[in-house]
Amino acid sequence: MNLAWRDIRHNLGRFLLTCLGVGLLLGIVLSMIGIYRGLVDDALVLVRAPQAQIWVVEAERRGPFAEASRLPQDTRDMIARLEGVAAAGAVTYQSVEATLGERKLRLNVVGHELGRPGEPAALVAGRPITRGHYELVADRRARIALGTTIRLGRNVFTVVGLTEGQVDSGGNPVVHMTLADAQRLQFELEGDAARAQAARGTGRTPPTVNAVVARLAPGASAEAVAATIRRWKHLSALTQAEQEAMLLESVVEKARRQIGLFTATLLLVSTVIIALIVYTLTLDKTREIATLKLIGAPDRTIVGLILQQALAIGAIGFFAGAALLVNLVDIFPRRVVLLPQDALALGGATLVVCFIASALGVRLALRIDPARALGG
Amino acid sequence: MAGQGDAGRAGARVPRVELRGISKHFGSGAARVDALKDVSLDIFGGSVVGLLGPSGSGKSTLLNAIACITEPSRGRMRLDGDTVYDNRWLRPDLRRLRLEKIGFIFQFHNLLPFLTALENVRLVLDLAGWPREAARQRAAELLDYLQVGDRGQALPAQLSGGQAQRVAIARALANQPRIILADEPTAALDSERAGIVMDLLRGVARKNDAAVVVVTHDEKIFDRLDEIFYLRDGWLVPPEAAPTPPRLAIASSDMRL
Ligand SMILES: Nc1ncnc2c1ncn2[C@@H]1O[C@H](COP(=O)(O)OP(=O)(O)O)[C@@H](O)[C@H]1O
Ligand SMILES: [Mg+2]
Repeated sequence: MNLAWRDIRHNLGRFLLTCLGVGLLLGIVLSMIGIYRGLVDDALVLVRAPQAQIWVVEAERRGPFAEASRLPQDTRDMIARLEGVAAAGAVTYQSVEATLGERKLRLNVVGHELGRPGEPAALVAGRPITRGHYELVADRRARIALGTTIRLGRNVFTVVGLTEGQVDSGGNPVVHMTLADAQRLQFELEGDAARAQAARGTGRTPPTVNAVVARLAPGASAEAVAATIRRWKHLSALTQAEQEAMLLESVVEKARRQIGLFTATLLLVSTVIIALIVYTLTLDKTREIATLKLIGAPDRTIVGLILQQALAIGAIGFFAGAALLVNLVDIFPRRVVLLPQDALALGGATLVVCFIASALGVRLALRIDPARALGG
Repeated sequence: MAGQGDAGRAGARVPRVELRGISKHFGSGAARVDALKDVSLDIFGGSVVGLLGPSGSGKSTLLNAIACITEPSRGRMRLDGDTVYDNRWLRPDLRRLRLEKIGFIFQFHNLLPFLTALENVRLVLDLAGWPREAARQRAAELLDYLQVGDRGQALPAQLSGGQAQRVAIARALANQPRIILADEPTAALDSERAGIVMDLLRGVARKNDAAVVVVTHDEKIFDRLDEIFYLRDGWLVPPEAAPTPPRLAIASSDMRL
């Protein structure tokens, strides 16, 4: 006969409400972890999209994501001709604001060369950009339908294709356009002063790009190619691994510490709350526990009663929280990535928390004097 | 009264409860309270004895000592022939001892509110290691015997006071204890129900050859006790010096005007 379950059943409403409360708390912990995972994922999307092995950027710059970087567009030719490089493409990245009907949108515009590295990842609808101008491939996250026209700078673009999951490290949806369109957009959106200066200059300034991405021939060493590129004074080269590590360090590390701290705090709060709940549940049962001791129940029975209830609160709370999060994950404005191993880790942590939290109640229960059951 | 002859038969038999020079004090120095002073007594199977005395005279302390939940300060105590206390506890597991030897009946029934009547009785048998089905069957038989067999599935909150007390008695009897300790078992019942409960206890004492010890103020049950132990200031008053029942009723009832 399981006393813990019988007692729970007797106060089922209160018990379920308690579980729900704990569930909300654990749901928040799990979503914090999910938000962190989403942050890491999002941060790496733009870097991984070109499927490149080498990033060429302005000298002394940790571009193009962590710092700004500008290169002459003809750098791409030089890189493409290097031994060991299979293909290279020039790319630009810029954040622009646009309005679509009533809606204000912040977009990350990627300019790329048709048929070269830097093109959008696999499309989920529509077709790739084929014309030299005024076509866009947008991410679903921007919620722009195929065929929609949207004004960016002075020109109107038509959405011809859709990608999925392409966002920048700020969570803004990515749109792709041709390099020429992107460069004009960059020029149009620069401040008037910069434009005036450019106009005063002798003729047109040579067109610039933010980075050149390169794919290597089979067997070529990324380190060796990067070393070759670094010999040019005005260029800097990063391997894909370096680029990712740098981005994670600059964008993710702080967020990781912040969220880690928050998660730890929430777990601590959960422990305190579960401890208080278990303590109160035990206090409410003082007379029953005294009676159990008097009629000869061993400590194991009494500790079991308390521990089982604490673990039940934790387990049901955990599953309620996880279920809640799985169902609500789409209402988060940014990506929340739920990994089974994270859920498993939190489940384990919850069990530990419940054990620790039971200590107070168990201590109380073991101290209850069986004489309290006798007389009044 | 049937119990009158017990003293004559007693010599040949082992008392269920045997106390020799049991003393108990609480605190020390100026705050010292001597709750029991050199109490010696024998209680034999088959009898229902009353533990009487004014408030603060040591009744609860004595009952708790016999229940092995209050450690005496001095003396020797044998339960069912086993020496369990000789200036110190001799049995390591007093709870197990209670489970095996002692049944408890309380003023308020003290049934576990989250267990049905049947489960409350079964619990004791489960703790004592009875097989599941045998435990269920015995619990049901006991409830039948106490005429609450039809209330087996009811929770304590759904039982009347008298029904709950019967279930509590069934629980006390479940493991066939040799000693039954009852603290004010009839205080919450009217005189008719109190009489029925006392008759039940007498029946059990005879049937199981158990010693039933009842702490009570309740004068309506005095005539159903086989023997009376009267405490005053921690001393056991010799029978010849104890108040006679009518006077005793007046002396010991705190509530009487
Ligand atoms: N735990 C305790 N600590 C200190 N004094 C106690 C304790 N229990 C009982 N006493 C004292 O012992 C005496 C006997 O108490 P008790 O056995 O409860 O008497 P009764 O049950 O006859 O009213 C009283 O003076 C009481 O104050
Ligand atoms: Mg008392």
